[in-house]
Amino acid sequence: MMDPLLLSLRLAAWVSAILLLIGMPLAYWLAYWNWRGKFLLEAIVALPLVLPPTVLGFYVLVALGPHGPIGRISDAIVHRGFAFTFGGLVFASVLYSFPFTVQPLIASFEAIDRRLLDASAILGAGRLRTFQKIIVPLSWPGIMTALVLSFAHTLGEFGVVLMVGGNLSGITRTVSIDIYDHVQSLEYAEANHMALLLLLISFTMLAVVYGVNRRVGRNMWASWAR
Amino acid sequence: MGVVGEIVPAVLAVRVHAARPGQEHSPFVLDVDVEVPHGITILFGPSGAGKSTLLDCIAGLVQPDAGRISAGAEVLLDVERRLDVPARRRRIAYVFQNLALFPHMTAEQNVAYGLADMNAPDRSQRVVAMLEAFDVEKLAGRRPDEMSGGERQRVALARSLATSPRVLLLDEPLTALDAGLKKAIMDDLRAWNAAQKIPILYVTHSRIEVDALGERVIALDQGRVVGAGTPLEILDSPRRSSMAQAAGFENLLSGKVTELREADGVMRVQIDESTCEIETPLGYRDVGSKVKLAIRAGDILLGIQQPSGLSARNVMAGKIVSLEQRGTTFVARVATICEGSIIFTVHLTPGAKRVLDLEVHRAVWVVIKTHSCHVLYE
Repeated sequence: MMDPLLLSLRLAAWVSAILLLIGMPLAYWLAYWNWRGKFLLEAIVALPLVLPPTVLGFYVLVALGPHGPIGRISDAIVHRGFAFTFGGLVFASVLYSFPFTVQPLIASFEAIDRRLLDASAILGAGRLRTFQKIIVPLSWPGIMTALVLSFAHTLGEFGVVLMVGGNLSGITRTVSIDIYDHVQSLEYAEANHMALLLLLISFTMLAVVYGVNRRVGRNMWASWAR
Repeated sequence: MGVVGEIVPAVLAVRVHAARPGQEHSPFVLDVDVEVPHGITILFGPSGAGKSTLLDCIAGLVQPDAGRISAGAEVLLDVERRLDVPARRRRIAYVFQNLALFPHMTAEQNVAYGLADMNAPDRSQRVVAMLEAFDVEKLAGRRPDEMSGGERQRVALARSLATSPRVLLLDEPLTALDAGLKKAIMDDLRAWNAAQKIPILYVTHSRIEVDALGERVIALDQGRVVGAGTPLEILDSPRRSSMAQAAGFENLLSGKVTELREADGVMRVQIDESTCEIETPLGYRDVGSKVKLAIRAGDILLGIQQPSGLSARNVMAGKIVSLEQRGTTFVARVATICEGSIIFTVHLTPGAKRVLDLEVHRAVWVVIKTHSCHVLYE
């Protein structure tokens, strides 16, 4: 019974780590640069918020499949497709949770007083140093929100996983798929166990984020600045 | 003929032209050519005169459209030659109006921030020396939100000067402090600069600060230098030769300053032989001094109902006394309803006249923006 849960946690950990890595530079770019076509990129980033997961999952499935662009590359390198694998699941989930990482990051970067960034430049710091020493410590609450939201969102996703991963025990059967399976087989007690567990985990994570954002804030900044 | 080992004080030479999109159809244009020797020079002017934009250009935070900036022999910006030293390499210190101390760092960390290139022992030695020079060594471990306003100013100065800059820019950093504290901080700054001899450009819109701090003053208004010299020369001599400047202004009024609102950057002028008062941009005169106002006929708006919710500060009831067509322009003369009424000449388009159904004797409201009232001096 624990297999699907561990798989979900592993998936969520990978996805939120990868998203943070991609999301930080992208959010920095979107928050501080202005160019003509920026709104298009912003629309693309927000797309998973409104798109039905099955639509996103469908296109990812096609792309990952043996005739899709990504599937072909993967086939050429490791002689197998990408669909119905854990890697494919990670790929699809990264796309699906994108706005949940990028939007809080943009919001917290934009909230920083521009004069602090000016001051950093005046004092001789380049962009990278300003990012490390000023932007990251001051947007700590936003970064944590981004991490937890993408983690929790990945943990609970269903449609995309079903489309891209299918239902392979130990490989792509995540918690939400497992719950669906139990309900289909009229195993309500088992479904309830899993559902309750997911509910508790999600609630705890959100409660921790809101609690920490409110109380610790500045003390955390201080240790980051050193 | 410099003596060996003597530091030759560098002069900051600034020539910039920068156009910014303005609030109305006409863009704001900054067009300045000044030289700032070592010591404290006050950059004085009303809000919106372009003082902060000028400092941002010098610091390298804003790129002007044309110009050249140099400190001593070193050229920092030369638009024609496509030379633009980035802000972080200009070695120009800049204390912002809000100070911009890093809120998550202690005073010590703030001061050390600009010293990343130094080795650790030298750096901590410099930090201690700077904190001592500005009398805040006791605050080393405190963050900005644990300091008073004056302490924050001192830490900001120490942070800026720790990097041995070649120029110091101060954007109204002391405005909020009381006079005694201000003087103490400026004395520390003067003492520090006695040895360094760098140009210090101190921006203010308060003439009280000019009197208190000034050695030299550069007066800036609407993006242009309108005077340079000692505080006495600048504050008490005519800003412009009035009649020459007044060409092209259909409305010339004389009056007396009744009130200065320095925080808002405005003053009120009572028009001669009238009870009408007009709000104008802050000039360089005291309450009671006589001024002339120039207002373009095309800058005055007419309304047929009492306007509300406007940003314009001058709204007066009046009556049209004459209306005639000159080419494609209607010229109205409007008398305000107050004792000793003012007669304004107002230019209207035929469309405006038609839509508002304007006729002689019609009651109207006269609306003039504060910044449409140009202050001239005799």
